[in-house]
Amino acid sequence: MTYRADRLILAHFGVAFAAFALAILLGAWQMTVRSGLEPAFTSPEAYFASVTAHGTIMGYVMPTLFIMGFGYFVSVTTLDRPLPSLRLAWAGFWLVIVGVAMALPAVFSGKATVLYTFYPPLTGSVFYYLGLVLVVVGSWFWVGLMIWAMAGWKKDNPGKPVPLAMYGNVANAFLWLWTTVGVAVELLFQVIPASLGWTQTIDIGLARTLFAWTLHPIVYFWLLPAYIVFYTIAPRAAGGRLYSDMMGRLSFLLLVLYSLPVGMHHLFMDPEHGTGFKFLQMMLTVLVTVPTLLTIFTIGASMEIAGRLRGGKGLFGWIGALPWDRPMVLATCLSFVLLGFGGFGGIINMSYGMNAMIHNTSWVTAHFHLIYGGTVVIMYFAIAYEFWPKLVGREPLSLKPIRLQLWMWAIGMVVTTFPWHILGLEGQPRRVATFDYTNPMIAHWQNWTIVSMIGGYILLTSGLLFVWNLLTLYRGAEADRQMHYAVAVYPPHRVPSALNGFDLCNGLVLFLMLMAYGYPVAQFFFIKDYPALVHRVDLGN
Amino acid sequence: MAPITNEQELQKTEFRWAMIVTGAVTVLFAVIGISSFVMALHPPSHVESIDPATVSQSKEFAESNLGTSVDPDGAVTVRIIATQFAFVPRCIPVPQGKPVTIRVTSPDVIHGFLIAGTNANTMVVPGYVAEVRTVFGTAGDHLMPCHEFCGLGHSEMWALVRVVPQAQWQTDADGKARCDISR
Ligand SMILES: [Cu+2]
Ligand SMILES: [Cu+2]
Repeated sequence: MTYRADRLILAHFGVAFAAFALAILLGAWQMTVRSGLEPAFTSPEAYFASVTAHGTIMGYVMPTLFIMGFGYFVSVTTLDRPLPSLRLAWAGFWLVIVGVAMALPAVFSGKATVLYTFYPPLTGSVFYYLGLVLVVVGSWFWVGLMIWAMAGWKKDNPGKPVPLAMYGNVANAFLWLWTTVGVAVELLFQVIPASLGWTQTIDIGLARTLFAWTLHPIVYFWLLPAYIVFYTIAPRAAGGRLYSDMMGRLSFLLLVLYSLPVGMHHLFMDPEHGTGFKFLQMMLTVLVTVPTLLTIFTIGASMEIAGRLRGGKGLFGWIGALPWDRPMVLATCLSFVLLGFGGFGGIINMSYGMNAMIHNTSWVTAHFHLIYGGTVVIMYFAIAYEFWPKLVGREPLSLKPIRLQLWMWAIGMVVTTFPWHILGLEGQPRRVATFDYTNPMIAHWQNWTIVSMIGGYILLTSGLLFVWNLLTLYRGAEADRQMHYAVAVYPPHRVPSALNGFDLCNGLVLFLMLMAYGYPVAQFFFIKDYPALVHRVDLGN
Repeated sequence: MAPITNEQELQKTEFRWAMIVTGAVTVLFAVIGISSFVMALHPPSHVESIDPATVSQSKEFAESNLGTSVDPDGAVTVRIIATQFAFVPRCIPVPQGKPVTIRVTSPDVIHGFLIAGTNANTMVVPGYVAEVRTVFGTAGDHLMPCHEFCGLGHSEMWALVRVVPQAQWQTDADGKARCDISR
């Protein structure tokens, strides 16, 4: 590869991980408060400001910046051509930075204690919401650049299949564009006018529905880089080939299609929607498992090829023959295992009926921490370990602390979230700062909460070790800066245009979204509903 | 799986896997469908709106009408207001083993509640009446925390549901039950 955008990518990754380090520190402190150990600064004000900051960074800041940097890297390395406009890419980056610089001070000063899910009529400082809008607008620059980069390459390479990693990357760009529509409309037309004092009431049913539009697919936006790496980097790292390029394309396409029209499964327990559309979106949610099952098969088969090439024999002998010392192989395996745990919890959540047992309990927190931290972030670590040497031209001093860091993260995730599952089944609500453990009915919750707090500190240690591992990289030996992607067993020569572009995909998404959200959104404009009075938390009422 | 010798072989394996995926998804559909219909676990979904600004002036949610009441025909209804940062009333008696309808609304912000050890769970959204129907199987006290962040006092927002065995169940002349008379 001749073209590079190293500084741009490092800037994105650097800010993403700095914010991440802060957020895991907050997370560990929150668990200490919940355990009743009364650490310094314990107060509802500090706790809920911290929860808001933790969620805002982990939900909006860290993954968005990371995925932007990841996308730029994939674009220049797979297409082997410069970004369409480096200047616009930097402009997008600075918009995000300005947005973060507006939002976080508002949160830490306690003027935006509304949690990252907003949930009006609670309304905080306008700087918080405007900051987040800038983050999203900055990321739209990235969306445009990725689509533009692929279009330019296709024009110069007519009929050729877009490299799989880039195809997945642009799939994620389109997914993000669709995803952000819901929250953007909610913020621009409902929440920001209220936070400016222009409106005194808010239609809560509409706001919740728009937020649900975003809240499910955003998880798949975070997840897609992990999937791209499963298909296009992990098989090569294991010493083998990708079993099927076509399965990768199909999975990316299905992830975009099926992750969007399903967000109302977050509203099963809400009174503003009837049974029909809840049921429809639940059924569509089941389909999200399809691309994941296809991926498990394809990556399993790719790993088997690698294991057998390395001399593994028998039904399971190939597993032992895999190069487990390589961080990418180890992280892929850990990510799959944690995806299994998280997926199990998710199946309960998405079941229309069973959800009633655990809705808004610690079970839910456990589920999405397993998916986000266990499946997604562990792959972000692996990606950073893979890309950073290429970006700075330095080899890690040793793989040992890298493997240790990955293991600690996976173990920390299990120790943190397994108690939450148990507590959730017992009815422990999420988002509560302190519990009265002197009440005999919940006294036994404290031990499990303390166990999960210990998990939180394991995660914090692992996260700091991750930062340390990246910093020590700069003292390493000179590295090969060439990026190599996995090659398919049968590399495709031509692929159907539906799997080489996104016209059909976007058409289908539009259809599905109209079907799934058309009535649920429109109903608020014709049923007799009453708006709620805005509650300004930044003005103290 | 068989070693790959050619592209057709690979496609056959892919096809077989696609069949397995289809099977797995069908099973999921069935499990969720059955748990939703046969077990009749229906989340609160009857869309009923109410003006949050005048909740306390409404006939149904007037202070004197809150709590547990038994109609002459024996139907048990619990009416609750969830407000920053308490449930009114704080203690809710219900008869064991009888169908109970819980109707809740909020005059201010979003709340929610669950009743520990049961399937009773709902969001409470200002502008709507949330209705949950359930039967309480085990006698004794159950905690009922607010489960959605509703402001800085959210952690303190807990109520108690007292499930009273039929033999001890008592109501006053108006058909109202209170925690201090049924125990
Ligand atoms: Cu979801
Ligand atoms: Cu609350």
